[in-house]
Amino acid sequence: MTQTSPLRDPEDETRRPVSPTGGRTGMRLIVPLQGVVQGRGGLILGSLIPCALFYFLQFYLKRHRSPPPPASPSSSNLPELARTSSRSNLTSRGSMGQARVSSRASSIAKPNDSPYYIGLDRASEDAYDELENPNGVIQLGLSENRLSLDLIEQWLSRNLNGSILGGGGGGFEYEWNRDAMAGFMSQIMGRAVSLNPSQLVLTSGATPAIEILCFCLAADPGHAFLIPTPYYPGFDRDVRWRTGVELIPVHCRSSDNFTLSITALDQAYNQVRKRGQKVRGLLLSNPSNPVGSILTRETLYNLLDFARDKNIHIISDEIFAGSIYGSEEFVSMAEILDSEDVDRNRVHIVYGLSKDLSLPGFRVGAIYSWNEHVLTASKQLTRFCSISAPTQRLLIPMLSDTRFTQEYIETNRKRIQSMYDLFVAGLEQLGIKCVKSSGGLYCWADMRELIRPYNEKGELDLWDKLLNIAKINVTPGSACHCIEPGWFRCCFTTLSKKDIPLVIERIRKVVETCNLPLKMPTSGGFQS
Amino acid sequence: MTQTRIQPRPRTPQSDADASTISGGGPTTAMRVIVPLQGVVQGRGGLVLGSVIPCALFYLLQFYLKRRHRPGPTPTTPPPTLPEAAEGSPPPVHRVQTRSTISPRGSNGQAHVSYRANSIAKQIDTPYYIGLKKASVDPYDEENNPDGFFQLGLAENLLCVDLVQDWIVANAKNSIVGGDLSISGIATYQPSDGLMELKVAVAGFMSRVMERSASFIPSQMILTAGAASAIEMLSFCLADAGNAFLVPSPYSPEDIKWRTGVEIIPVPCRSTDGFSLSITALDRAFTQAKKRGLKVCGIIISNPSNPVGNLLNRETLYSLLDFATENNIHIISNEILAGYSCESEEFVSLVEIIDSEDFDRNRVHIVYGLSKDLSLIGVGMGVIYSFNENVLSASKKLTRFASISAPTQHLLISMLSDTNFVDKFIKTNRERLHRICSEFVVGLKRLGIECVKSNAGFYCWADMRWLICSYSEKGERKLWDKLLNVAKVNVTPGSSCHCIEPGWFRCCFTMLTEKDIPVVMERIAKVSEVCKSHS
Repeated sequence: MTQTSPLRDPEDETRRPVSPTGGRTGMRLIVPLQGVVQGRGGLILGSLIPCALFYFLQFYLKRHRSPPPPASPSSSNLPELARTSSRSNLTSRGSMGQARVSSRASSIAKPNDSPYYIGLDRASEDAYDELENPNGVIQLGLSENRLSLDLIEQWLSRNLNGSILGGGGGGFEYEWNRDAMAGFMSQIMGRAVSLNPSQLVLTSGATPAIEILCFCLAADPGHAFLIPTPYYPGFDRDVRWRTGVELIPVHCRSSDNFTLSITALDQAYNQVRKRGQKVRGLLLSNPSNPVGSILTRETLYNLLDFARDKNIHIISDEIFAGSIYGSEEFVSMAEILDSEDVDRNRVHIVYGLSKDLSLPGFRVGAIYSWNEHVLTASKQLTRFCSISAPTQRLLIPMLSDTRFTQEYIETNRKRIQSMYDLFVAGLEQLGIKCVKSSGGLYCWADMRELIRPYNEKGELDLWDKLLNIAKINVTPGSACHCIEPGWFRCCFTTLSKKDIPLVIERIRKVVETCNLPLKMPTSGGFQS
Repeated sequence: MTQTRIQPRPRTPQSDADASTISGGGPTTAMRVIVPLQGVVQGRGGLVLGSVIPCALFYLLQFYLKRRHRPGPTPTTPPPTLPEAAEGSPPPVHRVQTRSTISPRGSNGQAHVSYRANSIAKQIDTPYYIGLKKASVDPYDEENNPDGFFQLGLAENLLCVDLVQDWIVANAKNSIVGGDLSISGIATYQPSDGLMELKVAVAGFMSRVMERSASFIPSQMILTAGAASAIEMLSFCLADAGNAFLVPSPYSPEDIKWRTGVEIIPVPCRSTDGFSLSITALDRAFTQAKKRGLKVCGIIISNPSNPVGNLLNRETLYSLLDFATENNIHIISNEILAGYSCESEEFVSLVEIIDSEDFDRNRVHIVYGLSKDLSLIGVGMGVIYSFNENVLSASKKLTRFASISAPTQHLLISMLSDTNFVDKFIKTNRERLHRICSEFVVGLKRLGIECVKSNAGFYCWADMRWLICSYSEKGERKLWDKLLNVAKVNVTPGSSCHCIEPGWFRCCFTMLTEKDIPVVMERIAKVSEVCKSHS
């Protein structure tokens, strides 16, 4: 970094003559830090300053190394060497050392501090049960669908027999299951489109599917994905833990009904670029989790244009594609890519059976991609997250039974719809409004009027009250990285209809204690 | 680094004051200059050199910092552009007018996949994967496809599939949805690290298979979808990217490096020692790695060893533990083949050693799996058994990426709890294994191919050094190619197992039936005769 001082005014020139013509009489010296090291203190300063600089450099380098792993908690009890003498020829230097785990593992091993996981744990340890534990915590934090389990049970009791599971063999389950899965996915999202089984890679759940895609699309740690907020709290783990990919939030606001705007995307993209990071893709969930809104056809086109413009990938998480209700239509990325000849190599769809077929216990997820390289690499990586053969043998006939799947999808949608209507109406009685949602197993409730102070702390206070006084576990907006405080995600599909009055009653208790005179200005667009 | 360029000239009061503010004491007549590199920057070339040198230094510093910040593979090879892109013209934009507001710079760019993905995709071209694929696409069948490939490359056990299938046909329905188990027990979210009932059942099964005093505590167990992910998870937990593991070679060709970014340092074992592991070699590899600036975090052993099939004896295990303690590193012991030891030699689990003496348990981690011992192909259940709290809690959370499906867990719980079945299975499996093993080894011997005496596993490590035309990796590859394409037998060449001596091949015989063996031998004989006549 050289500092040339331009000649600005005559006074400046006399003090610091830069031009070479100035040196007529004395020596010409052009030396860094000359002014400092000149004079009496020269010898000392002249050696001190480089030393100091060097010290800072070392300091800088040290700080940028990976942080040393914290000592393991059991460091107090050193291993005692009660060995027979023949074996105790250990050098003393090594015997004291504790086996350390890697720094990335110790950061993962740290206890959960996100309210999302704390709430989930609390609710699963002390789960509500009408008869056995009427004072337990009611789980509204887990997006799991129990509304249509009876249909699955019926199918299983009709069709499951030993020969399905034991027969076959020969390792063809994967191919068969892939065909069945492609058929099921087409039924749910494709409409006129039929998905090609050879573009499908099956994984043990959507979680590894997302992780695999991140491995395949972002090469080096420090690469980033743009993600519209609020987003599903699990993405922080899925994307960041092992891949080292960063998530850059693109904030959506209540004033826009939490819809994604290309302007915000563009802004975030440019900011990241300025910071010197590299954006490799865009991670969408459609229908959005936690808001439950659906991306319109127009938005999808704009997103594709944006991705092409910036030369980045799009991962579209469509795991709720079949849990759509209401009048709005769901448009899959697959449909858009099928109808237009856009650059398909950059689009990757994630799907799973956990939500739409209510089978999270089966751990079945899928990657649907048009990119040969991604498909090849992901297929290799499924060695680490394969679906077990018995499960596949069970699923093949279930997914291929189109009469059953059709009936299931329709009934399930109706049941989610009626549950949604009941739940939202119940909240409305308490003055809590929800964003109008068209998909997913949850609603996005506006409790801004109930929190004081109006910030994240107020939100967490309310969450705490809901969990500990009302015994209701909901997901606070801050866990979803929502930029505005006071929003909560409530999953209603783990409830049964008769639970709803109880839930509303429990929430009412807390609402009454928060009886605030303060009224927040509400913006339009909410369900009336 | 600020560079003030001051040219001495007759003092004005102003310049004196200026100098004193900087240096604290103003010179009067001759300047005292004590400046690094003064000689260089003085004189005519001063201006140029005076700015070039700091610039250069700064550039080098930046360069150094930059290099340090990029761990792992530097992108020296740019990701290859996609084949379609290389051939065809860029896809035409059939968009309506309103949408074609795309800036021209972006429209031609191809979406690149990551460096990691490309290197993983390239793995398909190694002989191990080529052979596996070829043999699985066109498998031998006595009646329908007598010209198909024999699969001797896949370490899977089909010897007792009939027993397992019979059991499943008889009991599956009850174990999955039967009894008091409701649908919500299998369909809904379950703990990702495995059900406690299954852990208890697996612990019982493991002690039974390992036959000896070793007992396993279910709470120290993490269940994953397959042993491959168990090993990957452990190496992720024990080493950071760029750190290294020592692995005695030859080792199983499956790869842990892909996603974890850890390095593998092979510790070569040689045929002269019967491919047994020596602590001296370990020590040497450890020191060399340290010299290269690599941090070694652990040793990964497989016991019984994977391609060779020999067992680590008690004495070696003690020395390994001493070595690990001395150097403060971890041991991952892959005991997935524990159930396949012969009667002649006893299998000793590392857990047994740890139990019997007071070692630092925090550094010992066992990997186990059911796919091999129970010939449950495709069930893919792996086990991490560790004494280290931190490792357990980290890997418990990581199982979200590799959890086992609930129906399979319930199936396994009732299968493993059925002690009659388990006993019968273990006994029958061992008998059948011995029979086919001895027949296969005898068959090879007739062709003049010797095998290392193996005590465990379901493969043999065959010495075909005298059959390869040039004693090098190339010669080995040629013989492998002939075996695959002429004899239609897929074996795994030693080079895929990182063996340093050419001419060794791993042949898994558990995918065969007894009547297949003469056919396989005949096919190998064809190739070996051609090779003999050439040499």
